[in-house]
Parts: sequence; structure tokens; C-alpha cells
Amino acid sequence: MREPRSLFNPAPADEPFLSSADAKALITKVLSYATADEVRVLVNSGWAGNTRFARGEITTSGGITDTTVTVIATVGKRRASTTTNILENDALKRSVELAERLAKLSPENPELMPELGPQKYIPVEGFVQRTADLSPEPRAAAVKKVFDSINEQGRSLGELNVAGFLSVNAGAFAVGNNKGLFAYHRSTAVDLGTTARTPDATGSGWAESGSRDWANIDPAALGRRAAQKAISSHAPTAIEPGLYSVVLEPAAVGQLVPALIGSMDARSADEGRSPFSKKGGGTKLGEKIVDERVTMYSDPADPDLLSQPFDGEGLPAGRKVWIENGVLKTLNYSRFWAQKQGMQAVGGGGFGGGLKMNGGTKSTADLIAGCERGLLVTHFFYVNFLDPRTVMMTGLTRDGLWLIEKGKVTRPVRNFRWMESPLFMLNKIEEMGKPEHVGVGLVLPALRVKDFNMASLSDAI
Amino acid sequence: MTTNRRDFLKTSAAVTAASLAARNGFAMPAAPAPIPAPGADRYAEDLALEALNAARDAGASYADVRIGRYHRQQINTREHQVQGVNDSESYGIGVRTIVNGSWGFAATSLMTKDAVVRVAREAARLSRAAKSVQRRPIELAPSAPVKGTWMTPVMKDPFDVPIEEKIALLLKANENALKVGKVKFVTSGLQLLKEVKTLLTTEGTNITQTFIRVGPDFNATAVGDGEFQSFAEELSPRGQGWEYVLEMDMPGNAEKWASVAAEKLTAKSVEPGRYDLILEPTNMWLTIHESIGHPTELDRAMGYEANFAGTSFLAPPEKMLGKFKYGPEFFNIQGDRTQEHSLSHCMWDDEGVPADKFLIVEKGIFKEYQTTREQASWIAPITGTKHSHGCSFADSWSNVQFQRMPNVSLLPNEKNTTMDEIIAATDRGVIIRNHGSWSIDHQRYNFQFSGQAYHEVKNGKIVGMLKDVAYQASTPVFWNSMDMLGGKASYRLEGAFNDGKGEPVQISSVSHGCPPARFKQVNIVNTGRTG
Repeated sequence: MREPRSLFNPAPADEPFLSSADAKALITKVLSYATADEVRVLVNSGWAGNTRFARGEITTSGGITDTTVTVIATVGKRRASTTTNILENDALKRSVELAERLAKLSPENPELMPELGPQKYIPVEGFVQRTADLSPEPRAAAVKKVFDSINEQGRSLGELNVAGFLSVNAGAFAVGNNKGLFAYHRSTAVDLGTTARTPDATGSGWAESGSRDWANIDPAALGRRAAQKAISSHAPTAIEPGLYSVVLEPAAVGQLVPALIGSMDARSADEGRSPFSKKGGGTKLGEKIVDERVTMYSDPADPDLLSQPFDGEGLPAGRKVWIENGVLKTLNYSRFWAQKQGMQAVGGGGFGGGLKMNGGTKSTADLIAGCERGLLVTHFFYVNFLDPRTVMMTGLTRDGLWLIEKGKVTRPVRNFRWMESPLFMLNKIEEMGKPEHVGVGLVLPALRVKDFNMASLSDAI
Repeated sequence: MTTNRRDFLKTSAAVTAASLAARNGFAMPAAPAPIPAPGADRYAEDLALEALNAARDAGASYADVRIGRYHRQQINTREHQVQGVNDSESYGIGVRTIVNGSWGFAATSLMTKDAVVRVAREAARLSRAAKSVQRRPIELAPSAPVKGTWMTPVMKDPFDVPIEEKIALLLKANENALKVGKVKFVTSGLQLLKEVKTLLTTEGTNITQTFIRVGPDFNATAVGDGEFQSFAEELSPRGQGWEYVLEMDMPGNAEKWASVAAEKLTAKSVEPGRYDLILEPTNMWLTIHESIGHPTELDRAMGYEANFAGTSFLAPPEKMLGKFKYGPEFFNIQGDRTQEHSLSHCMWDDEGVPADKFLIVEKGIFKEYQTTREQASWIAPITGTKHSHGCSFADSWSNVQFQRMPNVSLLPNEKNTTMDEIIAATDRGVIIRNHGSWSIDHQRYNFQFSGQAYHEVKNGKIVGMLKDVAYQASTPVFWNSMDMLGGKASYRLEGAFNDGKGEPVQISSVSHGCPPARFKQVNIVNTGRTG
């Protein structure tokens, strides 16, 4: 066991964030400065390391430690917050005083909910020591593996242009208040992504992998995948825009489906300004909104998701089944709106607890084999909302788009701008693949979807 | 002499109190003048020197140290409620090193001598690790060391304005907006920033700059029968003080803005097809940002952003510089960090390079990329420009500085063409006001933008309102299709707080100025599909 250490001279390089005991001590001290009716303190403490690479070399890299303290003061129905990363007693006192002063100056908020008392949380272990130990030297070695595997694959075309990013973080988030609530969660995350481009700049491939555990990331495999995509997408030809059957790899699905959850705010639905509002009033809760094969949920304790089991109010984040067999099962209720509507608020907002969508047992290759004519999509770029009434979005295909004919990938084609809504898309599913990890806290299947609207051509490679 | 942390905190509080007193009367000059720039605090300077020495001792041939103190205030309201008041402060130090020709960077919020020495050594360690996967040593373009202080010219520091006054202004705007029939929801807010940044380098630069930025926002939603429509007014964020927020007169204009949302409920859904497109500056700035600002970043053109934001169609540089026709003869694009009231206005960048003003496109031809000291040497043989254009910035003490866009603006027509003249000269067109949705591909060819309000023009007159409009085009075709451009009187400065680039993503504030312009036969799509 390590020696206890002072809060103000912490950060030995091997433990650069606060333990539960240190976070609790810090929160208790901050609370001792407070005079407001209710005070909540959030502590965010962590280390981040990164290594960025391009054109055959590491371009920038960094190592950062920081701890911030947020004070949320409530006086009657008035509330305000302050944040500081200066942890000396005087600065913390000033931060508390300022939060209390700002709260007193703010108008009453009739929708303000009182602070919560002590809560029970599901234990979730999202921390992996070997991830927290990923120092500059092994990161540089991993980058070298990416370069080597890409160059190995790409030899026939000359040297591929490679860029990418390896980022890692280890940290803790804690919440405490003067009603006895305390919650602490520590976690790690690591992500490695790389893009390979052919020397003639007519082919581009990409691969990325994220996990809480560095052992799950295989730099050489990612390099191979990016290189293979670059080589096989090389020299694409243009085909007409229009409606296509598409096989979306899980990464592409992961750029559309979460937007649907983001639109599931209960209040907007009740107030008639959401895709989940019913004409004439009320919401679509309990109605079938997508294909009956679709079920998706958030659950911090799910071994594939391992997310923070509480939110910034200290509200436990439990399992939330958003859609079950195509039926809208829940919307995202804030504590105020849940109370007003007689519903249950579950912590974590839309994305607390990660997101998992069920699927089938088939591989992406099987989905391609079952496609008469369509497109294979690697992922998307610059996805943005067009119409909140329908969750209509636009974006572009990127880093590998191929034509599928009679169950086989036949040739690379030029990228498209598309206009599609995940809500419409999940009503046009032909087949679902096996769910895969797309990133930390995100597990989704590949999908084959018909009539995906590829609206115009893009010259971008 | 060194100052300890406690003394520094006391001193800075006393200085603030003194400067407040000065502004409240005693030393106030007769005519209104901008607030003078504060200098570096001695504690920060001492720490920076410690870090520079530690970096040198660890083998750095070059090092720079940035100490940043960021004060942010954010107020959000909806209807009659305040949704949030947050005041945040972030203080820390970042050290960048070159050891054996490789970059390293490390940062900490712990402002003690031991911590900054450790961080300087960590940066050198990162440099050494990078060296193992490095092809050529980093070379920096020459830049004379600079010393001094600078501050955004502001008349009133927004952090000196009482919180009650800020909240009252927003709630009054909301109240007035809700007077409009069918307008059921309204949000408004203020984002305020004060950033004090000190930079010291091993070459002898020692500068302190204070940046002040304000960003108001307003959005109204009208609800009809099974339909809702929103309108966000373009309240461009600025490098200005509280005077700019007052100038926007949110309470006085809110009803007018909200009525646009209500009017949209009965607007006609656009018939897709080719139209002459008239863009107001409140919309066009974002198209400039995405299709000119980003592709003219040299790191993008060279593949440094390939894994994230993408590359650029303006590559390779030798085939594009001085050759690529971006737009018509009267099309001139300027990079400019000297522009008053703009978001990227400064005296020096984060490498101590003086703010630059340079033509990126001259008479329609692409002329210069945006550069940093490292990048300048990459293309000097082609452009003949040996110095950096001063485009190196970091969004925080905790992030490394890299190439960021200056204000990139479309210069006005020498002729004094007005918006009315452009409309009068148009037979079949669509006018787009304010920015809406945006999306552009990773080489900056194919883009699609929408707005907040759309009007149809027939035979030289505005005939009614449209909805569900977006325009889609390819960058080179689009800018070359410009056939009318407004004059100086119609030029406006817009911008955004949230330009993201790099890995880890850094957020930058940037302005774009332009007059209105007309584009021939642009593809208009209908975004209102229902199934």
C-alpha cells in the first residue's frame, strides 16, 4: 500500500489522480467552507497521454495531469456553480464563496430539484492498470508497429501515407454533497486509430479500436486493416447517386444510431418538438417505431460497456432499455420532468451507461454475401443534423466505399454525401450482423439496410 | 525575486481591486479608451523560467513554456428560468521541447516549482520517445524574440458586469420573444471568456496577452399543429467587451427574431433544383470557414490531419500554389490576425510570431497556406515566404500549440454593390440568412449548408418565405460561380467559438468577414423528407 500523500503535492508520475479517500477528503474540505442550504462538489482528476503520428513519424505527443473541483451551490430555489483547478485552500474557499454569491444573485428556478441523499450504486470496475501504465516509450513502440504493418501490406503500391492517434487516459470522477451523498468511479480508456492513404492519393483506409484495456488493442492488426482498405479502395470510379442497399460496418452504424438516443429527451417529446411527439399531444412511448428485430439499451454494469454507474447529480445510472423489439420503451427523463410526469428518472442522461444494440450472428462478410447490389460502407464523416423533426442527418462516406454485386465486393467507388435518418434506417433493415465493440461503451452490429439515400457525389478520397 | 503562491493570489486580487477602482473613476481618461493590458504576474514568470531551465538541463535545444489562466462564465436561460450559471477557472503550465530534433509536450495544473520541473523533464522524455519514430529533425523558421504585453481592446470587461444585469438582459429578451403568438420556447445565453497567457521561450521571448471574448446566443421555437420550427439569430461572438453585448440589444430585438420562427410554420417547402443563391454574410461566413479556411491549412494539405479532419483538395502544394483558380477575378481572401473585434485578433501567436495579415487568394488565384514556424520551411522554396504566418495556437495550457486558422475573410467588392441591387438583379433565386446545419467532406470538396431563414426571389423581388432548404455544391465550382459581390458597406464580421481540429481535439475561436454575394445556378435540396 502506498503512503498517504498531501493533496497539494500529489501526482507521483505513477498515480496521477485522486484515490477515493483523497477525493472524499477534498470534497469534505470544500463542503466545510460552504454556508448555502445545499452544496454539491464534483471532482474530476486524471492523467492523459497521447502520441500523434503522420508521414512516417511521430508529430506531437503529450502528457497532462489536471484536477478540477466544481462547486454547485443552492440557496432556496436558486443555484449556480463554479469550477477551479487551483486546489489551495484559499482558492477553494473563493470558489465556494463565488458559487454561493452567484446562486443568491440568480433568479429562482421553479424547476430546481433538491440535492439527493445517500444513494446505492452498482459496483463497476472500468479501470485497468496496464492502460494507466501506457507511458511514452510503449506508445512509440505501438506506433512503430502500425507503420511497419502498413508498409508490409502496401509494398506493391510504394509507401503508404500513414497518420493516426494513440490516446490514453486514467482518471476518477467523484460527487459528494452536504446531504451525505458520495460517489466515486475510476476508469481507464485507450484508443488507437490510423488512416493509410495510397501514394497516388486515390485510396484511403481507416481502422480504429478503443477499450478500457490496452491488451485488447492490436496495433499491427489495425495497421493491416487500414492498409488493406486503402489498397482495395484505390482508384475508385463514380457511380450515380440514388437509393442503395448498404452494408454498414459497425463503426458506421455507431455514427448514426447514438444520434437517435440523443433525440430521446422526454420533455421535448411531451412538448411537441421531438420525433417522438405524437400528433395532437403525448409521446410515442409504447409504440413500435423501428423494425421489430431492434433492441437497444444502456447499462453501466454490462461487461461490454463498463460505464460510470452514476451521473453528475449522483443519481444511480441503471439499465435503460430504449427500444425493445422495435417498441419505444423509455425516454430520457430529467429528475424534474420525471417528477412532473410521474415517471422514473434514471441517471446518466442519454449516454450514461454506454449503448448496446442487439444483432444477429452473421459476419459483415455474410451481410455482403446476401446483397444483390449495394454498397459496403467503412464509416462516415461530418455527420450533422438537418431536421430535428425526423432526426434527418447528412454526412459523407469515407476511407473505403465499394460496390457489391451478386453478393461480392466488385470495385471501389467514389464517396457520396448522404441524407438519411437513423429512425428511417432502422425501419429498412434487411439483415443484422453480430454486435461488435465500436469504441469504449459502444457495441453495435453491422447492418444491411435498403434504400439508403446517397444524395450526391463527393470527389474526396 | 520569487513570490510564493499565496502572495501571488493576494496580489492578483489586490490588482483587480485597484484596476476596478481606476475604471470606476479616479484614473479614468476623459475620452473612453480601451482597458490597458496587464503584464505577466511574477509568480508565473518565475515558474516559467524554472521550467525553461529544467528543459535545457534535460537536453532541449529549444523549449517554450506557456502559462495560461482561463476564466469562463456561462449563463443559459430558457423562457422565464435560468438554467445554469457557471463560472470556471483553469490555470496551468505547458512545456514544449525539441530534443534531438523531436517534439515533446507535457502539462500540469500543479503550479509549484517541483511540478514544473517534473513536467519539463517529462516533455523531454516524450521528445526522446518520439525520436525513435522520426525521419527528419524539426526546423523552426527564424522569428526575432519579442517582449511585451497586449490585451483585446475592450471598453468594458464583461467579468466586471454584475451577474444580475446579465441575467436580466437574457430574461427580458425571452419575455419579449414569448409575446409572439405560437412561440412557446425560447433559449438565450452568454459565453464570456478571459484568458491570460504568458509565453517564454529559450530564444528570449517573454510576452503576456489578455484575450477577452463574448458570445451571446438566442433561439426561439414556434409550435404549430404537429409541426415545430426554430430560428436562431446570428449573434456573432466577438473579441470585444460587454459593449458588444449591449450593442446587440437582445431585449429590443427578441420579438422580431422570434417572429421569424412563427413565420416559418407557414413557409412553403422548397422545390429542389438549381437556383441563383444569395448568401447573406450571416450564412456565408461558415461556408468560407469550411471550404476556404480549412483547405488552406498547410498541415491538412500535407497529411497531418488525415486521420481526423481529413486532408485538402489543395495538394500537393507545388501543383496548387499560384495556379489553382479559387474564384473570379474579384475574389480576394485574406488571413488576418490584426482585425479589431475579431476572435483571432492578437499581437503574437503561441510561438511569439507577430500577428500577420496576408492574402491567401489574390484575384481568384490561390497564393498562400496558413503556416507555423515549423511549417514555413516546408513550402518556402515554392512561395518564397520564409517566415511563419503566425498561425500557431493552443486552446489551453494543457494542449500543445499547432496550426490554427486566423480570421479568413472575403474582401468586399471595390464597387459599392448593395444587397438590394443583388436581389433586384436576380430572376429566380433563394436568399439564405444565418447559419444552420453544416457538413463538408474530408478534402473539402462536397459541402452542404442550411440556414435559419430562406426567402424566394422572383423577377428581382422577394416573394415569400421558404423552408427545408439546404445548398449543396463542390468548393471549386461554387466559388467560381460567384457573379455578384457586395461592397464595403455591406461587409460584416461573423464567427464561431467552436472550431475543432487536431487530436486531441482543440477548440479555437475564429472570425470570418464578408459581404453578401450571389452564386449562379446552385443545387438546392429539400431537407424536409418525412419517410
